[in-house]
Amino acid sequence: MKLKNAWPKYYKKGVVTHYCPGCGHGIVHRIVAEVLEELDLGKRAIGVNPAGCAVLAYLYFDFDVIESAHGRGTAIATGIKRSRPDLFVFTYQGDGDLSAIGTAETIHSANRGENICVIFINNAVYGMTGGQLAPTTLIDMKTTTTPLGRDPKYDGYPLHITDVVAQFPGVVYAERVAVDGPAGIRKTKKAITNAFKTQVEGLGYSIIEVLSPCPTNWKLSPVDSFKWVTEVMMKEFPTGVLTDKRPGKE
Amino acid sequence: MSKIFISGNHAFAEAALRAGCQCYFGYPITPQNELGEYMADHMRKLDRVFIQSESETAAINMVIGSAATGARVMTSSSSPGVSLKQEGISFLAGFELPAVIVNVMRGGPGLGNIAPSQGDYFQATRGGGHGDYRTPVFAPASVQEIADLTYHAFDVADRYRTPVMMLSDGMMGQMKEPVVFPEPIGKLPDKEWALKGRGDGPSRYICSLILDVVEMERHNWKLVRKYDEIEKNEILYEEYMLDDAEIVVIAYGTTARIAKGAIKRVRKDGVRAGMLRPITLWPFPKKALADLCARIRQFVVFEMSTGQMLEDVQIALAGRADIVFHGRPGGVVPMPVEFARIIYREYQKMTKPQI
Amino acid sequence: MTKTAVKHRVIIDTEMCKGCTLCIAYCPKKVLKESEHLNKAGYHYAEPENLDQCTGCLICTLVCPEVVIEVYDE
Repeated sequence: MKLKNAWPKYYKKGVVTHYCPGCGHGIVHRIVAEVLEELDLGKRAIGVNPAGCAVLAYLYFDFDVIESAHGRGTAIATGIKRSRPDLFVFTYQGDGDLSAIGTAETIHSANRGENICVIFINNAVYGMTGGQLAPTTLIDMKTTTTPLGRDPKYDGYPLHITDVVAQFPGVVYAERVAVDGPAGIRKTKKAITNAFKTQVEGLGYSIIEVLSPCPTNWKLSPVDSFKWVTEVMMKEFPTGVLTDKRPGKE
Repeated sequence: MSKIFISGNHAFAEAALRAGCQCYFGYPITPQNELGEYMADHMRKLDRVFIQSESETAAINMVIGSAATGARVMTSSSSPGVSLKQEGISFLAGFELPAVIVNVMRGGPGLGNIAPSQGDYFQATRGGGHGDYRTPVFAPASVQEIADLTYHAFDVADRYRTPVMMLSDGMMGQMKEPVVFPEPIGKLPDKEWALKGRGDGPSRYICSLILDVVEMERHNWKLVRKYDEIEKNEILYEEYMLDDAEIVVIAYGTTARIAKGAIKRVRKDGVRAGMLRPITLWPFPKKALADLCARIRQFVVFEMSTGQMLEDVQIALAGRADIVFHGRPGGVVPMPVEFARIIYREYQKMTKPQI
Repeated sequence: MTKTAVKHRVIIDTEMCKGCTLCIAYCPKKVLKESEHLNKAGYHYAEPENLDQCTGCLICTLVCPEVVIEVYDE
């Protein structure tokens, strides 16, 4: 018998994650570990952990991680990368972390074109705190703080932060992908690989927004959550490359 | 060793460079803009890191990132900006990461003004952020001391793996004085605890999240043991004309400079006044103060605030002596004659027989 | 479906599985099913049923959020 899918080297074995059944975090965590291994970056990788559902990611990632206060990941990553440009630095953040409290840090690290990667998990709610409104919550979407559904009159519109920073000259690669099935998961891995290579080649800032299922707070089964990403979420947040300024790629 | 005529703000920066500060993250705010500008001129020439960040909140988090890699790192701001850094400072304390944070105080609360003040004493010495932590706080009273204490602050930060606060004010930041700077540091301390990528070893993480309450408590008491160690080893204060003093002033920073003028003035009129000047505001020189109670009955506290260090004095003296407080908040800088009048009045009351 | 020789083996860490059923839903050959039994955490874990149908495509390992599925070539 020959094992076809070896355990990802930079992912801790035998640790039960705290994530809900069917949560997209577990899949993206595995992808990050796989890509670090494939690009041989694990030894010099420093992950920056968000505050939010993935706040315990350092218990699952098997490479060096520092935890950030809510929203401050890209500022911390800036400090690390500027001090040690030889290290591979990326942040892993949720929609609240990156595009609510961390908006200024996100925009300005992108505008400075920091040579870091940002993995942005967009599940349209605040998961860890129990399913509140997020900047990316869809219109009419019910959350614990939009009980009658998000109403732009009071709660504003779904925020397209990745599209905003994609305009910046300093942002070399920006893509939105979706964990909504095998194909989407493969594209997610390809996108993260592109982003990581962008940093390795010293080209500058890259950001991958990953639409990710949150069965518990969407009150859907894991399988229906995958479908919801495709059929509903992607209407508001279409997937695709938002900018690719890598040389020879324009 | 030549003297350089230099402003306080520039001296903070120059001393940091000489202490091997590898990264500086700042944001413009009067009255300390010149510090960031100095860093902008020098850091990149020395192949070190300088960023003017988008906010003081971002700056302190960049400090966290650099400190985590073992770099010597500094940030500076003034009162409102330092308020924005408090969360980050609490994280530095929880992470046990070394850093130097400069506060060139201005009038407050709110936007206040850009004049010198000492209204951030509580914030600095009581831990302005959340959770059980302290930060060593140094209060220079001259540009020379700015240079010496900043240089020293980096050592204290590294030795105890803690954020360290430099507390000065707009006047001292803008004022120029001749300074002899310490020699540039040779080898920087190596920090095996720093995050450098796991290499071939096990992965490590730096986090302040401790969900297990017993573990969190253990961490809290561990920090307290550190703070006790700092209290034991790092207290600094100046005794000024205390030997024959009968009335003792307690003041720090710019206020202490003014008080020295007042003490010289009243001494001419035969009033034997002296001063105990805290240089570390935390740890506060409680014992030195308490020991004075053996022979001193009257203390006068001067502050450019409505009375904050006053409470530490009250704690230290614990009712064993009388304390008169005279404060000028809001950015008003009193003249020595104003302090002299108060010392003279209190001295009269003290020595005149009570009828 | 005629029973043919098993070419691949799917081993699931049933105690770590959270019964999200994604692998069951996305397996193109309906190899996996939800077990009637519960693991210690109280989840109906996934388990192979028609192992002979498995083509070793690894889609189950792709969609698994818990990294609990191992696929072997026989």
